[in-house]
Amino acid sequence: MINELINMNGYGLYVWSAFGFTILSFSTLYLIIRTQYLKEKDKFVAKFGALDSKKSEAAKSQTIVKEILSSSQSI
Amino acid sequence: MLKFFEPNKIFSVTSKVQKYILFIFIIVISIGLMEALILSPEDYKQSHSVRIMYVHVPAAWISLSIFTFLTIFSLSGFIFKNRNFFLIAKSLAPSGFVFTIIALVTGSIWGKPTWGTWWAWDARITAMLILALFYLMYLIAWRIFEDKENVFKITTLICILGLINVPIIKYSVDWWNTLHQPASINILSKSTIHSSMLFPLIIMTAAFALFSLLIFLMKYNTELIKIKNKGLDRL
Repeated sequence: MINELINMNGYGLYVWSAFGFTILSFSTLYLIIRTQYLKEKDKFVAKFGALDSKKSEAAKSQTIVKEILSSSQSI
Repeated sequence: MLKFFEPNKIFSVTSKVQKYILFIFIIVISIGLMEALILSPEDYKQSHSVRIMYVHVPAAWISLSIFTFLTIFSLSGFIFKNRNFFLIAKSLAPSGFVFTIIALVTGSIWGKPTWGTWWAWDARITAMLILALFYLMYLIAWRIFEDKENVFKITTLICILGLINVPIIKYSVDWWNTLHQPASINILSKSTIHSSMLFPLIIMTAAFALFSLLIFLMKYNTELIKIKNKGLDRL
């Protein structure tokens, strides 16, 4: 059963390499986008932390800023 | 209606739904892989090599759909004078490019046992390669042009020119004698593919669509945070 699944009548190499390439592409794309996302988020949190209280209050009045800060706390 | 495309509103939704989409994607891809690799029957002519169809065809469908959306959003950016549409288009491009590459590579792997060659300058394959080049030009344009107004114009022009290629890919098998067989699945008429093969194909297409949605949401949020980072610099 397992051998049959691996060999697939001699087509195993083609089938598994096609599926393998797809999974590899998915994983690579996901990791690249995830890394970019976390990097930008960290940069934002660091920049926000460096603001003085007046500026940080002004920035916090924007909904999107609150959302970014709350989502970075949940990581 | 345009208020729906406000970045503030989209961000709060997109950051919350990502984990649910990832969860649903894992379930759907698991069912799809089980169906595609184990449960679906082999073809009487192509034997097990037909299983490559379950990654090749959905990847091609999704890459064409994404390019169409890319053009619609880019044009909408100009029509409605809304920069957010360009941001949505930009966030769609990476997954579209990767799906085009998957379609080309898996097609090449499928070509060897079926046609006896890894590559042929067949109308559909060549048109698909041209689509990959349009995606590449689009992504490069965003990287090399600093001025936003220029990049909006150039990327929209790339999209419009690339869109001409989309119906060519779709109808190339009907217009020319190609190695590819004519379409087996038709929305308007009866499909010639058996339900035992159609079901895994639909499941895998759903999984690929979910993955592209997940990547889009992550990329879109990254772009929004990038803009907010620049905003903090100006404070």
